[in-house]
Amino acid sequence: MDSRFTRGKSPVLERALGRPRSELSLAAFALLFSELVQYCQRRVASVAELQTRLAQLGHHVGLRALDALVARERPGRRETKVLGVLLFVKGPLWRALFGREADKLEQANDDDRTFYVIEREPVVNTFVSVPRENSSLNCAAFAAGLLEAVLGAAGFPARVSAHWHKGTTLMIKFDEAVIARDKSLEGR
Amino acid sequence: MSRSPGRKQENHKISRELFVLTYGALVAQLCKDYEKDEDVNACLDKMGYSIGIRLIDDFLARSAVKKCRSYSETADMIAQVAFKMYLGVTLSVSCSSATGNEFSLILDKNPLVDFVEELPAERASLCYCNLLCGVIRGALEMVNLPAEVTFLQDRLKGDAVTEIGITFLRKPEDRKHRRN
Repeated sequence: MDSRFTRGKSPVLERALGRPRSELSLAAFALLFSELVQYCQRRVASVAELQTRLAQLGHHVGLRALDALVARERPGRRETKVLGVLLFVKGPLWRALFGREADKLEQANDDDRTFYVIEREPVVNTFVSVPRENSSLNCAAFAAGLLEAVLGAAGFPARVSAHWHKGTTLMIKFDEAVIARDKSLEGR
Repeated sequence: MSRSPGRKQENHKISRELFVLTYGALVAQLCKDYEKDEDVNACLDKMGYSIGIRLIDDFLARSAVKKCRSYSETADMIAQVAFKMYLGVTLSVSCSSATGNEFSLILDKNPLVDFVEELPAERASLCYCNLLCGVIRGALEMVNLPAEVTFLQDRLKGDAVTEIGITFLRKPEDRKHRRN
């Protein structure tokens, strides 16, 4: 039998979730993030690929951040409406991860599937300066991947991408099924 | 780039979870890209080294500590000031050699493994926190104290505690001669 199951419980699993214990300095995260970006940059050939890689790493983080956060902030309740989950993202999620709420949440005028989370200066881009030849690179692709994972795991599959607009805009495009479900919930 | 001096102590903090999960994502990506544990460990060490050579500047700027006069003061500084500043934990130091240039730092609580239960069976010799060794090595080298830093014990591999060993490469007497 796998030795894991016979060795006894790991102390990590016994710990209560509780409030997050501490905050760490931005410098440490910024240096780690810079190494992450440099590592990805060495293995890709284009800006789009680099953004995809960063999004994948953000995906990894988002999946794991959601469960613990929901258990702390919304115990016993799950967001079932699109607006609810978006407000959760803009407020508690952003505050728990980045220390402050996102600046704005907007809906596209012509499309009810598209929403925008706007931040003037995203935390992950604090010490990032983009050279002119790669000016389309936005390292907030990491945050975009994170958000995509969070929405997907919360039951609202969507595509999220990062753009340079009013600072940094994360464009969220929900799947058709999500919007249809939301409309039918409203009708009830 | 001019900023009013009052802004220096702004809220430059991020959540511990974000940092820990980002580190985990990095290690997971490295494990996907490299088959051998030694390659992953070496890559983590190299990344840690490039972080360390920059981190030392930030550390010296923010902590305003005086120059350390001995290796044991340096080890204390790393364990109590630096780790507290960047990871929020304090380590205990012990000197493990008669010549006074080998030290070991014991980590009671390691924030990097907050969400790590144990290593998978096929990655048994992975040093999950090897980045820390690189960081310490890089930082020390930038203040002219070359050292070798490795993990002596690792809780993830079944040992009782997590222990980092620092071996300063220059003999302590050399430092005294240089100062005079």
